[in-house]
Amino acid sequence: MRSTGPKALIALGSAFLLAGSFWGLAKAPAEVFMGEVQRIMYVHVPTAWNAMLALTFAFVCALCFLLTNAWKWDSRLEAAMEMGVVLSLLLCVQGAIWAKPTWGVWWDWDPRLTTTAVMVFAFGGILALRAFVDDPARRAVWSAVACIIAFVDVPIVYFSVKWWNSLHQAQSTPQTVSSAFHWPLRINAFGILFLWTGLVTLRSKVAALRLRSELAPPLPESRPAVTGSSAAGGAS
Amino acid sequence: MKDLLAALRKDLLLQWRGRAQVIAIFGFGAAALLLFSFAIGPDSAALRQHAAGFLWLGLLLASTLALAESFEREMEEQALEGLLLLPASARGLYYGKALANWAHLALLGVAFVPVMVVLYDAGTLRLLSLLWVILLGTAGLSAPGTLYAAMTSQIRGRQTLLPLLLFPLVVPVLLAAVKATSLLILGDPMGQLRSWTTLLAAFGVIHWAIGGLLFGRVVED
Amino acid sequence: MSRMIAVAAAGICRRYGRRWALTDVSFEIPEGALVMLTGRNGSGKSTLLRVLATAIRADRGTVRVLGHDVRVDRDQARRNIALLGHRTHLYEPLTALENLAVRARFLGADPSRAALLPRLEEVGLGDRADDPVQAFSAGMRQRLALASVLQQQARVVLLDEPYGHLDPPGFLFVDDLLRLLRQGGATVLMATHLLNRARNLCDRGLVLEAGRLAYAGPAAQIPEPVLADGAGFAEGA
Repeated sequence: MRSTGPKALIALGSAFLLAGSFWGLAKAPAEVFMGEVQRIMYVHVPTAWNAMLALTFAFVCALCFLLTNAWKWDSRLEAAMEMGVVLSLLLCVQGAIWAKPTWGVWWDWDPRLTTTAVMVFAFGGILALRAFVDDPARRAVWSAVACIIAFVDVPIVYFSVKWWNSLHQAQSTPQTVSSAFHWPLRINAFGILFLWTGLVTLRSKVAALRLRSELAPPLPESRPAVTGSSAAGGAS
Repeated sequence: MKDLLAALRKDLLLQWRGRAQVIAIFGFGAAALLLFSFAIGPDSAALRQHAAGFLWLGLLLASTLALAESFEREMEEQALEGLLLLPASARGLYYGKALANWAHLALLGVAFVPVMVVLYDAGTLRLLSLLWVILLGTAGLSAPGTLYAAMTSQIRGRQTLLPLLLFPLVVPVLLAAVKATSLLILGDPMGQLRSWTTLLAAFGVIHWAIGGLLFGRVVED
Repeated sequence: MSRMIAVAAAGICRRYGRRWALTDVSFEIPEGALVMLTGRNGSGKSTLLRVLATAIRADRGTVRVLGHDVRVDRDQARRNIALLGHRTHLYEPLTALENLAVRARFLGADPSRAALLPRLEEVGLGDRADDPVQAFSAGMRQRLALASVLQQQARVVLLDEPYGHLDPPGFLFVDDLLRLLRQGGATVLMATHLLNRARNLCDRGLVLEAGRLAYAGPAAQIPEPVLADGAGFAEGA
């Protein structure tokens, strides 16, 4: 009962992703101007949506932890940040795969992709921070604080890279596909969504278990342990 | 407010006492600027073209040393905790430290300008504008830098973690400051300087505000 | 005679990693009392003092200082409490006088030399006022830390091993300090290993054993097994 939910999500997500990818990569007709390479958009765009979603969820978890101090939000934060970093890394790889045959270089400094690369470092750094802090309470508070700062920085990074880039080149990675091809896109988007939601749920559980082993076991109900005079001390 | 002034006074005094370190950090940054020129080679046009980038990269590298050092004295005998228990407001302590760090970094930035002029043949007559850019840029480095220095000074692996955490965050500062400085050195025919300084100012406002709000959680239990 | 309760702890629990450093510690200290806190190394004395001082938070339980719940109004609690901890809370590059001046400004007190020099003289550091703390011995640092505690003029004073690092004249100095604090009406809780000395000075005693309160009552009646068990050593007073 406990992990059927996430497992079902993962199964459903994988199915969707396979279906959508097959449709987009094999069945849908090639795009007029860019040819076969453009097919990567069927995976690239959904990955982009989901990477942003995962990191936004991480931000929400960070806020919730700072406001409630409940451990569950820290476990979710860890899982969500990892997922966000993985998806962002995938995004960069996909971008490179697209850029090489198209522009002849592995990286084209597209604002969105460049921001994503910065985010990989920013959130990856927070994951590294977690590894160096031994005390679970401090680790939780600090990663929540760092996550909030990093997330707030995302739009600023995006705008600064956009302006910086706009002075040099006009092209950027196309982010839209024509309407006939929306279905494989949507299917893949939901596929990745279910996949990462299921994975994050499982991963949070792992994080929670690890926390449980790191923290002292919860105390039994208190019992008086005082010998001699009473604990109250009495008037003098 | 009294806490902020008391903290600022304390931090400036600590910096003054540690001024040998300030000089050493300047030396480190100047050495970095020198190394950059070796990496490019004696191509004066290329050096001049990229001078702004070298200046800010050198400043960024030096800033990790300066920021880390600013919390050494706070943590070695838990002096910061001692102040918090007086009680002193965490916010006041943060802004005092961040302001002192800003002064330190701005001083370094200004000190690097003559080095840049000599090594890269890159100067500008718009000195006040250059000062303004240095002030805005270092403000952007100081706010998040002070917060993260407070964090990393309390754990092992601090030397690697501070730059790891700080560098991705201050990408906008690097981009904007380099662009702005470049325009001052190479010419700004289309008057773009203002948009870059505005970006720097916006970054600063946001991070100084967030830093003050979150610092308490970082240093208190 | 009913006196106000200066410090009331109820069910304090605090963990350090996998173990509970404090479990269900409850006691009350009346105002003006001088209380000794003892127990083996690792029994939780420093942790308890730090929780009471609000340097760290209890995971469970409440602490009330002079009637105020420290969680609800931490700043007010801090105004009333001074802690002498294991770390000196000093800035090494600054002089003794400068260290006190820094703290004076946060306290809203007079940071001038004229106001602070007497405080240094009080602890026997008058002639070292302008020397950086870096050059001080452990005992001198301890004295300066005590001076900064006195500076706060707090109603509740928590001392973690005040005799540590001091020489025999220093011991007498701490004894005098405790009497001084007492005369001023302060409530003092002192963790120490010098049991016989403390028993002669203190009204009440608390004994911690592995994070739990094993005894709370008059200092003179601290059970012998506790004393013999290595919780302290019987040295000449």
